[in-house]
Amino acid sequence: MIATAIAFYLFAAITVAAGFMVIAARNPVHSVLFLILAFFNAAALFVLMGAEFLALILVIVYVGAVAVLFLFVVMMLDIDFSELREGFLQYLPVGALVGIILLIELLLVLGAWVIAPEAASIAASPTPAITDIDNTRALGHIVYTQYVYPFQAAGLILLVAMIGAIVLTLRHKPNVKRQVIADQVARTREQAVEMKKVEPGQGL
Amino acid sequence: MTDILVAYGIPLAIIVAQSLALIVAILLVTAYVLLADRKIWAAVQLRRGPNVVGAFGLLQSFADLLKFIFKEVIVPAGANKGIFLIAPLVTVTLALSGWAVIPLDAKLVISDINVGVLYIFAISSLGVYGVIMAGWASNSKYPFLSALRAAAQMVSYEVSIGFVIVCVLMTAGTLNLSEIVEAQKTVWYFIPHLPMFAIFFISALAETNRPPFDLVEAESELVAGFMVEYSSSTYMMFMLGEYVSILLMCAMTTILFLGGWLPPFDIAPFTWVPGIVWFLLKVFAVFFMFAMVKAFVPRYRYDQLMRLGWKVFLPFSLFWVVLTAGVLVGFDLV
Repeated sequence: MIATAIAFYLFAAITVAAGFMVIAARNPVHSVLFLILAFFNAAALFVLMGAEFLALILVIVYVGAVAVLFLFVVMMLDIDFSELREGFLQYLPVGALVGIILLIELLLVLGAWVIAPEAASIAASPTPAITDIDNTRALGHIVYTQYVYPFQAAGLILLVAMIGAIVLTLRHKPNVKRQVIADQVARTREQAVEMKKVEPGQGL
Repeated sequence: MTDILVAYGIPLAIIVAQSLALIVAILLVTAYVLLADRKIWAAVQLRRGPNVVGAFGLLQSFADLLKFIFKEVIVPAGANKGIFLIAPLVTVTLALSGWAVIPLDAKLVISDINVGVLYIFAISSLGVYGVIMAGWASNSKYPFLSALRAAAQMVSYEVSIGFVIVCVLMTAGTLNLSEIVEAQKTVWYFIPHLPMFAIFFISALAETNRPPFDLVEAESELVAGFMVEYSSSTYMMFMLGEYVSILLMCAMTTILFLGGWLPPFDIAPFTWVPGIVWFLLKVFAVFFMFAMVKAFVPRYRYDQLMRLGWKVFLPFSLFWVVLTAGVLVGFDLV
């Protein structure tokens, strides 16, 4: 147990420190890199809890894809961040409000476990023991049977968001040269080559 | 206290020793794979390749190593020093850490985890950070442009690699790499999944920035890509990371499609050969194809690369996922 405890405190401490540095770092790119560090250590915490599937999905989706886009945007933006930082404290009330609401919600969720421990046992699909079934299978059983409609709805919402983003940014410019592979392949010798007889001294 | 030392110290020492042995082995193999790459490329072009240091140039990689190490590390004045130096370390560490779950033979693996495929996928998707960090921290135009291109390329091809992996693991019914190999006892997956094998091979080329998709380096357009500002050891670490991840991708191709350590026929003369020999033979065969592609195929243009990834591979591999699932359920093979 002691090794698990040491590992937990190590990863947890790095996660908290990295989370603090996300808002404390002067350079926005450093902020994003600290955010990535925080994600990565959160994944390590998942592994310690035996949720290896969630841990790796967290790394693949958030670190491998979402954070890359973050980093892209932050690198490309040409914003004077010191100027942005000046009115920093005026957002404090809103930020504190959001933080407090999140804290209360987390307490409610976790509190239910403490106040009513029997609540977990009467859940519709109880979590099978890790020794019985690996958690990839366990998640699959729940997500694709009992919660298949919410799962599909979530997918549909993401699809709508994606199509919306494409519609908003797609511009058809008439004067842009585009490569159409089918046209290139369909070209015949007659269309492409023209034979000219050049008289000496005349040119074309 | 002694109980704790015995309970945790010995397994820790064992795992450290195993990891060190594996790393040394990988680095040695990498040195010769690098030489083989240059020799094959030279042979295709009717040149001799490196042949001066040692017999047949066998010590060339080590000479290069010494050359890189004894040169000065130059950090550009405008560079973001910390990130500039971390980037090559990230690349090498990630490339090496992927090998922790690769089964070289039955039971010959450092960490036989349940989600081995996902782990490899996660590690290779993190490889993009080495590139982005290097390009940004150099604080120079060419590396930055190149890093943006490289990042877009690597992220794009990960998507189709993901779908290819989904096909294989649906057929095998597991995410564990050893079990995926065992599931190929009847037939190696490159036969039922031949188009996916091709897509995985090409995507692996793009993911590791090998020619014909080496737009990251693209000597003729971007100087040396995101590595322009790097010199000596830091440059060497990028090259090392690149070749180790190429070997990792060869190993993944072997495990997912070519039956890992399994012999081609499960009969007497073939089963006498130990599994690790078959595994290495297959890895080197795949690497030979990597090297030949480098010698044969001209570099892709950037828009063609993106078109291939998003408009050809992605829809086709998505279709193949549905087809595989349909066949597995329809013929009750699950």
